[in-house]
Amino acid sequence: MRARRPRWSSVAKVALITGFALLLAACGTSDLPQDALTPAGPTARAQDDLWKLVFPIAVVVFVLVQGLIIFAVIRFRAKGDEVDLPKQVAGNTRLEIAWTIVPALLLLYIAFPTVATIFEQAAEPDEAERVDVTVVGKQYWWEFVYPQSGVVTANEMVIPTGTPVYVQLDGIATYELDDGAEDQASNLVMHSFWVPKLAGKVDFVPGHDDRYVTLEADEPGRYAGQCAEFCGLSHANMKFDVVAVEPAEYDDWIAAQSEEAGQPEDEQLRLGYDLFGANCVACHAVDGHEASVGVRTGPNLTHFASRETFAGGIFENADTEQLKAWIANPQREKPGAQMIPFGSLADEELDALAAYLQSLD
Amino acid sequence: MAADTTDAVTDDPAHPPTSFGVSNEKMGMWAFIGSECLFFGTLIATYLIYLGRTGDGPTPGEIFDIPFTSVSTFILLMSSLGMVLALSAIQDGDMRRFRTWTLATALMGAVFLSGQIYEFTVFVAEGMTLQASPFSSAFFVLTGFHGVHVFVGVLMLGATWAASFGGRLTPRHSAAVENVGLYWHFVDIVWIVLFTAIYLIPAE
Amino acid sequence: MTAIADKPSSQQPSRGRFSRPTATTGWASWLTTTDHKKIGILYFFATFFFFLVGGLEALVIRSQLAGPAGSLVTSNQYSQIFTMHGLTMIFFVVMPMGTGVFGNYLMPIMIGARDVAFPRLNALSFWVFVAGGVFLYSSALLGGTPDGSWVNYASLQGVGPDPENLSLLGDAIHSRRMLFYSLGLQIAGIASLATAVNFVVTILNMRAPGMTLMRMPVFVWMTLVTAFLLLFAMPVIGVALWMVMFDVGYAANFFRPEGGGDPVLWQHLFWLFGHPEVYIMVLPAFGIVSEVLPVFSRKPLFGYAAVVFSGIAIGFIGWGVWAHHMFTTGLGPIANAAFGITSMIIAVPTGIKIFNWIGTLWGGHLKFHTPMLFAIGLVSMFTIGGLSGVTHAVVPANAQQHDTYYVVAHFHYVLFGGAIFGLFAGVYYWFPKATGRLLRESLGKIHFWMMLIGFNLTFGPQHILGLNGMPRRIYTYESGMGWDLWNLVSTIGAFVIALSILVFLINLVISIRAGAVASDDPWDARTLEWTVPSPPPQHNFDVVPTVTARDELWHRKYAGKEADIPKRVPSGASADHADAGAADARATAGAQVPAGIHLPDPSYWPLVLSVGLPIAGWGVIFGQPVVIGLGLVWTLVSMLAWALEPSVEESH
Repeated sequence: MRARRPRWSSVAKVALITGFALLLAACGTSDLPQDALTPAGPTARAQDDLWKLVFPIAVVVFVLVQGLIIFAVIRFRAKGDEVDLPKQVAGNTRLEIAWTIVPALLLLYIAFPTVATIFEQAAEPDEAERVDVTVVGKQYWWEFVYPQSGVVTANEMVIPTGTPVYVQLDGIATYELDDGAEDQASNLVMHSFWVPKLAGKVDFVPGHDDRYVTLEADEPGRYAGQCAEFCGLSHANMKFDVVAVEPAEYDDWIAAQSEEAGQPEDEQLRLGYDLFGANCVACHAVDGHEASVGVRTGPNLTHFASRETFAGGIFENADTEQLKAWIANPQREKPGAQMIPFGSLADEELDALAAYLQSLD
Repeated sequence: MAADTTDAVTDDPAHPPTSFGVSNEKMGMWAFIGSECLFFGTLIATYLIYLGRTGDGPTPGEIFDIPFTSVSTFILLMSSLGMVLALSAIQDGDMRRFRTWTLATALMGAVFLSGQIYEFTVFVAEGMTLQASPFSSAFFVLTGFHGVHVFVGVLMLGATWAASFGGRLTPRHSAAVENVGLYWHFVDIVWIVLFTAIYLIPAE
Repeated sequence: MTAIADKPSSQQPSRGRFSRPTATTGWASWLTTTDHKKIGILYFFATFFFFLVGGLEALVIRSQLAGPAGSLVTSNQYSQIFTMHGLTMIFFVVMPMGTGVFGNYLMPIMIGARDVAFPRLNALSFWVFVAGGVFLYSSALLGGTPDGSWVNYASLQGVGPDPENLSLLGDAIHSRRMLFYSLGLQIAGIASLATAVNFVVTILNMRAPGMTLMRMPVFVWMTLVTAFLLLFAMPVIGVALWMVMFDVGYAANFFRPEGGGDPVLWQHLFWLFGHPEVYIMVLPAFGIVSEVLPVFSRKPLFGYAAVVFSGIAIGFIGWGVWAHHMFTTGLGPIANAAFGITSMIIAVPTGIKIFNWIGTLWGGHLKFHTPMLFAIGLVSMFTIGGLSGVTHAVVPANAQQHDTYYVVAHFHYVLFGGAIFGLFAGVYYWFPKATGRLLRESLGKIHFWMMLIGFNLTFGPQHILGLNGMPRRIYTYESGMGWDLWNLVSTIGAFVIALSILVFLINLVISIRAGAVASDDPWDARTLEWTVPSPPPQHNFDVVPTVTARDELWHRKYAGKEADIPKRVPSGASADHADAGAADARATAGAQVPAGIHLPDPSYWPLVLSVGLPIAGWGVIFGQPVVIGLGLVWTLVSMLAWALEPSVEESH
């Protein structure tokens, strides 16, 4: 009987060490792109503060409960030589009251800051000091509209540091085409907008335009985001980045994005320009292109080359072969992609189109 | 319900006395009715949420013919009286009177159903189809499911009526009729709620 | 309807046009049985089959995610597989195992009844349940299984994730998958509802003399609470599923935003059902553990009343927390705060249960047979799930956790660490009662330890994955996210679980054929089912027991007041000791039922009736009104035949 005890305690020791190893591994991960435990802005930080409040309490309760179980298992195990039954205890009212009230008080302790933070985070930032961005979820990419400047972009949401960005998830967004017709901005599927280092999720709900989240980045950088609500075949491929830049740089960016694209001189680019006009304008807009009508079915490509990624943030713009493969057969590159395949284009046509797109900065 | 436990279940050797004194069948029916409350509750809640969402379709004010529906409502309510009389008849052992009132109850239910079918036909002709708007979808599915319940009730009454001829249903089985009655009254009460929610609550 | 149907005229058996089946042995008897024990065994094999299917789906999921850019399955296949994994495990494994297997087999014996209140309805529940499963899985051959996840959120229902959804054909395939979801669950829901009515009536109304409510075993209590939850939750999802059918099949506008419908309404209705559903799955397991722990601690359950009332409290509060699944939907700060608080409140009764279970262990003489190991496993593992649940209730933090692997880890700790561990405790504990043979302890212990390790390897790291930003329901991820290692660990864990199930299967096969023969009461247990032979005779009790105490059997075996140290009563000394009667019953078991005992007759109609529903369902899916009509007429005619079926009780 004495020989068995060390075995139990060594099990407990291993369990403890493993547990701490897991905890450490979970905490020291600031370089992970979507780590929610290393916030980089006030919204995510307030959420993480609550986590830091509740997690240690949970760990203590866990250790207490598991400790009681392990202690009971070791201390009260039948030794095989019992003659009598153990004392028959059917309950204890005082204990019952204690383990009703103590957890309730603990929960109350958690509830107050929880409710306070809920209301803080629901507050609308001051209109004069914020940047507005309207976000529209599509299958399977994100469109970002800056209502104050009219800029429309995709996959990369550029924001100024140190400034609250008031993001609206607009599930009923419509827009006007150049000829005055109205069109629906999204294809009415639910998504969830999530940049773990900056803020928790808020859903994009078709039929509702009153979903908001306030983001703010302390430092310049790229913050990875991803759709968090199952939205179809390429839910996994619906990524984006929030790119935080210094406020001055942000103003430059807005100015650059507001410019229209020019007419290319180069022969190959000219071919790409014409091919774009013949094949792409039904879904994509390039402001300044003579055939473009301002449609927003696909991403606005006016400043395609100013972004690093395309197709829902999963491919690099600079990768010409990837871009060509995408145009030829989007569904092969990304399951369920809504873009029509253009496999009928000749290779030099694909080259020209890719070159044209890559020239759009 | 607790006071209503006089059925002679104990003299039936096949059914030993129950813990609550109520027959299993009756308790089962009450449980089922409890479940049905949630069923209709969900449908009614949906209807009320979508009351204003008529889209391009007709609005409640444009489409409902309240006098017509009031008449069919009255007939359905009267059928509950028929059900009461049928049950009292079989409890008195008067099978003739039982048959008369059972048939009358079933017929009133059938008249109500015909009225509903007519009403649906008119609505569809006037452009309010299932597909017209969230309001129309909620209306048709709510009242349609109530209609299905009335239809099942009419079938049950018809089966009860038919069984009374072959000697399968005798005054010994008044508890079974009581159960049919519970169901029938429940379906009627649901209609009172529906009539109030759909036709009497003023809609814009 | 069932109420009159179950009251056939008993005095004139020859009158009916339909004869009744009479076989009580052989394979045909299983198809027509109305014996709650046989139905329980049928449920066991059916749910265990689905458990293996759902488990294989889990292995595919884990293999696909073992490393970045997995290529075992396509996104299309992955969507179907993870959806079916969820639907199978929830609707066809955990839920019917708690009620269908253990509730059916044990609850009537535990309350001293000879069967459930409506035996044919009970058979119908089983066959309709099977029909629902067959129907749902038939989709695999008819264009693909449902692929919108088990919650199947609108408005994806309407738009669809198919690769071909640019074409009309793709759209049709997608609609079909959604209709399979709607109708398959609808059919399974009918089975659950019938079980609920049956169990509520049985428990309330068919208790043996002296079996007051507060003397009922906790498992019976939890089954009662579960039955009430089913009774009130199934109609809510039923209505919502009808709406999906009308939306997808007939272009109604309940959840379709393009028609003005609100996708959020689907979430409300789904979770109004969905949260009670969690307790429907886990409460029977809590009941099982509350039976197992006292027996192997050789002490009564600590705080019986507290355990019972906390179970009831969970049943009630469970209706007020549904929107905690929707904290990111955007319901506004007031709703989020309110539901955050209710979700914290529900942790209190759950904690009470945990502490009472530990109190039961405390001061006992613990014997670590396999059922006890699984029961302690539940207490330990469920605590983790409960605590991560509390972290979900912290709404702003939940905005980070929601729809990530942290949530996947949480509910697997609840439903696997809670429900499945409890159900396996029940399997090991009651196997000797149902078969007369014990499962092998050595293999049982290997099973337990492998499963415990595998389970924690699989789902422990998923907490970290979620906090490191890995969303749920993704078929692929790229390396560089920091998810590679823990995903690999998780996949290894899943295969360890699979191996442990293999050990269990071997144990099952060996023990059914050649396990050690079990006595009537192999564990020195406490409740009525152990007073009857193993396996029990068809009529359960020769003489309906008169109950004088909670833990009736224990009080028959041990004399002395509870607070003292009781002494064992020599067998047969007690006047109402059941051994003598049980021995008699064993001599005649399977052959004859003592005269004067009324038993439910077998019936064809539950099986026949259940065939009608999938036929109508296929009719809806392929837009064939004639087939719909055929299915409905089939069902109605079966009901009529059911009502007209004679009783053959005179043959006894």
